[in-house]
Amino acid sequence: MTMMTGAEIVIRCLQEEKVEYVFGYPGGSVLHIYDALFKQDQVKHVLVRHEQAAVHAADGLARSSHKVGVALVTSGPGATNAVTGIATAYMDSIPLVIISGQVPTDYIGQDAFQECDTVGITRPCVKHNFLVDDVHKLAATIKKAFYIANSGRPGPVVIDIPKDVTAAKCKFDYPETIQLRSYNPVVKGHLGQIKKAVHLLLEAKRPMIYSGGGVILSNGAEQLTRLARRLGFPITNTLMGLGAYPGTDPQFLGMPGMHGTVEANLAMQHCDVLLAVGARFDDRVIGNPSNFTSLPRKIIHVDIDPSSISKRVRVDIPIVGNVPDVLDEMFRLLEAGNSAPEKTVLADWWKQIEEWRGKQCMKYKLNKSIIMPQYVIEKLYEVTGGKAIVTSDVGQHQMWAAQYYKFEQPRRWLNSGGLGTMGVGLPYAMGAALQNPGEQVACVTGEGSIQMCIQELSTAKQFRLPIKIINLNNRYLGMVRQWQEMFYGSRYSESYMDSLPDFVKLAEAYGHVGIRVERPEDVEPALRKAFVDHKDDLVFLDVITDQKANVFPMVAAGKGLADMILTEDL
Amino acid sequence: MRHIISILLENESGALSRVAGLFSARAYNIETLTVAPTEDLSLSRLTIVTSGTDAVIEQITKQLNKLIDVIKVVDLSEAPHIERELMLIKVRATGKDREELKRLADIFHGHIIDVTESTYVIELTASAAKLDSFIQAVDSGLILETVRTGVSGIGRGERILKV
Repeated sequence: MTMMTGAEIVIRCLQEEKVEYVFGYPGGSVLHIYDALFKQDQVKHVLVRHEQAAVHAADGLARSSHKVGVALVTSGPGATNAVTGIATAYMDSIPLVIISGQVPTDYIGQDAFQECDTVGITRPCVKHNFLVDDVHKLAATIKKAFYIANSGRPGPVVIDIPKDVTAAKCKFDYPETIQLRSYNPVVKGHLGQIKKAVHLLLEAKRPMIYSGGGVILSNGAEQLTRLARRLGFPITNTLMGLGAYPGTDPQFLGMPGMHGTVEANLAMQHCDVLLAVGARFDDRVIGNPSNFTSLPRKIIHVDIDPSSISKRVRVDIPIVGNVPDVLDEMFRLLEAGNSAPEKTVLADWWKQIEEWRGKQCMKYKLNKSIIMPQYVIEKLYEVTGGKAIVTSDVGQHQMWAAQYYKFEQPRRWLNSGGLGTMGVGLPYAMGAALQNPGEQVACVTGEGSIQMCIQELSTAKQFRLPIKIINLNNRYLGMVRQWQEMFYGSRYSESYMDSLPDFVKLAEAYGHVGIRVERPEDVEPALRKAFVDHKDDLVFLDVITDQKANVFPMVAAGKGLADMILTEDL
Repeated sequence: MRHIISILLENESGALSRVAGLFSARAYNIETLTVAPTEDLSLSRLTIVTSGTDAVIEQITKQLNKLIDVIKVVDLSEAPHIERELMLIKVRATGKDREELKRLADIFHGHIIDVTESTYVIELTASAAKLDSFIQAVDSGLILETVRTGVSGIGRGERILKV
């Protein structure tokens, strides 16, 4: 075995892990690693313009595939800039490995130039982190990091490597497998519990399936769809779970929660048996937990993370396990018993649901002269044939994209649901575009969010990423404005964005195509121009939209799910 | 309710702060915390006294189990167990108080381990509640300093926490 430097080991390990893209930014502490990177061409490096975007782009790559995203940053500010990206990935359980440089081991604690306690700073927002103090531990640590990141409930793992460790030499030995005595994620669910669950599902009179991001992360969409169809139950997908069940299927009730549909929220509220799969009953989904639990219903909860079960809402049948394995087992039991729910029993429930659906809560008024943001998303759906990978930032545009783009497939909708990080949209699109060449990638954003990572237009140019940015420009921080209108007596404190850049010129300055869209009749042609005529270019569509449009339905924070504000109420 | 949670964790740098950080991040309360390596030097045994509703304690144990460095977690207070805490207490011991403090230390099975003309250091090992009552029993004006280790605990009989 030949001797290798720590830096060479890092790159070699990435090759062993079949990492295709590393998103990063060089600096003093990672210079050895960058030098090793330079001497090979298997691992490609994507030079971002800010470390936050490196982590977001790696995250976007991971979300749009089942791969671990990798980012490489230097010590000190490189690492602190990465923190928002890491916390974003942590909240949505995205598998990432972040390699950060650190000052040499004998400088640690000396307040050295670009020193910070990266392990300490990132500890609360990682699945695990490591400080590698010995080159002999480096390869095994990287192996562990990849294993931990993408097993069990996935999450980001940080490896902090002091500069001297990347210079030190040792023999390279990459372990084939890794055993951790303290970490053994379960896969199969408890059979007895699954049997009980199936029994309960068959007895349900008003059943409901509620699935979340866990189904996407575990690649369980197929199993979920098969089971839901077999049962014939209504189903809702959370913001993180969109695409797990086809959005155009009649059994699909739309998204639940704060901006969920009437039918999804009322079915969640009034069901007698709720099958929760890879979802966590979070505040944006069930609203006030005491209101939610005030109605009697039996809850079956399938999740790989025991701490997600009975955290906010007590459940009756907990099943800890990998979603596709558990759903397969449920399906097998139904097949084996040749059992299916009574159609006549479900008929009344479906009648009720159709009545709720009849309210058409997503209807909005079209305007002849002003572009409605919802309309833009509907046209985007049409022009892309519902097949695009859509990323979003955070705010009103995110909700409209989630509501009006009917996702048919998993891993097509990338957004920051947990942390709600503005600025993710463009870097997510970069990661997704690199990982899925030839696919249409749209970034739905707003004039507030896009400016939080606008510098990445430069990266997108360097790597020729044909992203289509749909900027729903209402000159307001729309979601803030909406809350101020509804709950703060229309006092629009700091939510109006003045002195906006000319986005068309800005896009052009970066070498891209910019198009301003100001009239409703121009929306579709502009989208076609972007997706067809400029298929291979990054196109920035600056769409001037209605300033007063609000996201409905809405369940105000702290209210119950049935307490929805609909458009016509205002 | 008060719970004594015993944890086996990897004896690695940063492992303790993962546990402590979890408690502060999720607003759980730590009354006492003790930690030291076990006979297997790759392992540390950590004991935390905390309080909370059943739901909170359930979350605490689940969240602890999620930490990669944590190998095993047991709520000792769920079954028969023994808890002990060590206290060193320095008291003003002059005049007739000297005899009284000696007697009190004997009653609590304590030892006087340092004597000067005007002070005693008393060493006491007992349950946390017993140590509290000792402090109650001593005239507060005489207490110069108290040092407590926090609670350590172990299950009774065949109840063993091991890898």
